[in-house]
Amino acid sequence: MGKTLLQKVWELHTVRTLPSGQTQLFIGLHLIHEVTTPQAFDELRLRGWPVARPDRTFGTTDHIIPTRERTRPFLDVMAEDMLSALERNCRDFGIPFYGLDDERQGIVHVIGPELGLTQPGMTIACGDSHTSTHGAFGSVAFGIGTSQVRDVLASQCIALEPLKVRRIRVTGQLQAGVYAKDVVLAIIRRLGVSGGVGYAYEFAGDTIERMSMDERMTICNMSIEGGARVGYVNPDDTTFAYFKGRPFAPQGEAFDRAVTWWRSIASDADAVYDDDVEIRADELQPVVTWGVNPGQSVGVAEQVPAATDAATTDALGYMGLAAGQPIAGLKVDVAFIGSCTNGRLSDLREAARIVRGRHVAPHVTALVVPGSVSVRRAAEREGLDEIFRAAGFEWRGAGCSMCLGMNPDKLQGNQVCASSSNRNFKGRQGSPTGRTLLMSPAMVAAAAIAGAVTDVRGMVDAPALSGAGQGV
Amino acid sequence: MDALRITEITGRALALPGDDIDTDRILPARFLRAITFEGMEAHVFVDDRAAATRAGHVHPFDEPVNQGASVLLVNRNFGCGSSREHAPQGLRRWGIRAIVGESYSEIFFGNSMMLGLACVTATHADLERLMAALAAHPGAAATVDLKAGTCSLAGLTVPVTMPGPARDALMTGAWDTTGLLKERYEDVNAAAARLPYVAGFR
Repeated sequence: MGKTLLQKVWELHTVRTLPSGQTQLFIGLHLIHEVTTPQAFDELRLRGWPVARPDRTFGTTDHIIPTRERTRPFLDVMAEDMLSALERNCRDFGIPFYGLDDERQGIVHVIGPELGLTQPGMTIACGDSHTSTHGAFGSVAFGIGTSQVRDVLASQCIALEPLKVRRIRVTGQLQAGVYAKDVVLAIIRRLGVSGGVGYAYEFAGDTIERMSMDERMTICNMSIEGGARVGYVNPDDTTFAYFKGRPFAPQGEAFDRAVTWWRSIASDADAVYDDDVEIRADELQPVVTWGVNPGQSVGVAEQVPAATDAATTDALGYMGLAAGQPIAGLKVDVAFIGSCTNGRLSDLREAARIVRGRHVAPHVTALVVPGSVSVRRAAEREGLDEIFRAAGFEWRGAGCSMCLGMNPDKLQGNQVCASSSNRNFKGRQGSPTGRTLLMSPAMVAAAAIAGAVTDVRGMVDAPALSGAGQGV
Repeated sequence: MDALRITEITGRALALPGDDIDTDRILPARFLRAITFEGMEAHVFVDDRAAATRAGHVHPFDEPVNQGASVLLVNRNFGCGSSREHAPQGLRRWGIRAIVGESYSEIFFGNSMMLGLACVTATHADLERLMAALAAHPGAAATVDLKAGTCSLAGLTVPVTMPGPARDALMTGAWDTTGLLKERYEDVNAAAARLPYVAGFR
């Protein structure tokens, strides 16, 4: 009987079974950022412990930093203290750190793959739930909390219980204007926001196989929104090609040896799954969330649901929606393109294709926040920044920005935001009464232009921008 | 480890009904800019509480009878979303020692375990009964007995479960894992040596 990638990686990284029955799992890569680590380092100091593997630990800053003005010290004293603490901790414990003055800085889940730090077959941990993103490369990547960050710093291990595996086979050709984001939102709508608890999601099928690495990252990023802490795609030639020439990827003959090993950790053809689900991609339309969790969504041509239960009534009330109203035409105040879900170069290209030659509606504040300095530079080389600026978008520095309310980029009052991010929770974007509509970057671009939720399929006839090899 | 053993939690119960209560609601992000967990209890559900007040309601965490409660009753997928440990830190510092719910996000469950905050699971029907019993006896004490696998409240006793390893870790006081993970570092090195990527495939 064959094994899944999850089983193979789990077995390879098992140090021992702890007396409680949990598995002690070796962590191949530990990524750290400013928000979830200061207390962990304090405890290490208190107990007099070193960092076990500073050579397998990398730090950057993303959550609290301003994206408009990056000069130090920050106006926000707490943010300044928090970044200073990370700088000090990385220096004191010998951990490589990519700060604001470094060309390698960016959202932790964007730079890990970009630098080739993320690799197939690895276990990866980071104090951030969207660590699942890295599973796009066939790694097994866990979001963890601060006490587990302390565990990994001190021992390069975490204690975990094994996961079941649900294979989600996505098949068929996506329509123009329907993207990876729509696929993952449709999966969450179907399986629910807690459907993945206890499971790793293996994303498979011809639609996934045709996807670029950027698109696979969008899918795996949002596994956690479906309750699955881990999501992954089996590594294939698309994966291997991605690593050629990346700074931390193996080079020369070592690369060939790596590919052989990477291939070997993919799920076997006769692997047995705990559950199997099939999703038809060709039937999907662009998806927009109407509620306060990522499972509360509809196709752009559909209506929000009737208020049939307390949760729906509460969500409709918070969002200011009438039961049964069409989602298209809903006025938006803010448009946000960015985040670890959709802040990569192909996302910006696709959004730029929609906005080129058009202009943001007068009442909309629109911003584009590249996921990393590297994404920003690459976009500027292609002239995407000029396209966005000419259309009335702000062009910002790399960071988490308006995905979460931890930095100066926040909604005000009960503004409605068309957002390419991952969470539409109450208050998520920094205003306790702010309202978030999750959608693809192209749909955000369309909403910014129209000033309201609109079906991007009517706008995608524009030619693809240079280098925009989308795969799907 | 004896002092860390957790087998039974008794205290006043507090009900917070509703599915999918995420960690952004438990602890809004703006309070994560502090570099310590000290004082996190002041921010628990702060935006939900303000919204309840605006609507003319009293949030369960503001009810006078619930002050000092230590057993929290919740529904499905509690603690979903962000991995912020600030959420269970805030709840624990507020006074919560055990949570009885239908299900939890895995990251929230793991974070709570690291703090010795027991998250046990009961069926939807049993949680309805527990919440109804509490509504009939506001401020009633609940006992979560990990050994017996029960939660008792106002004369009602329902079965509760927890994954075996997590339950054992609490009952033997082995829930603070850092020491355990460090104690046989030669095994960690041996595991690393088996992985070709650790040596860069050389």
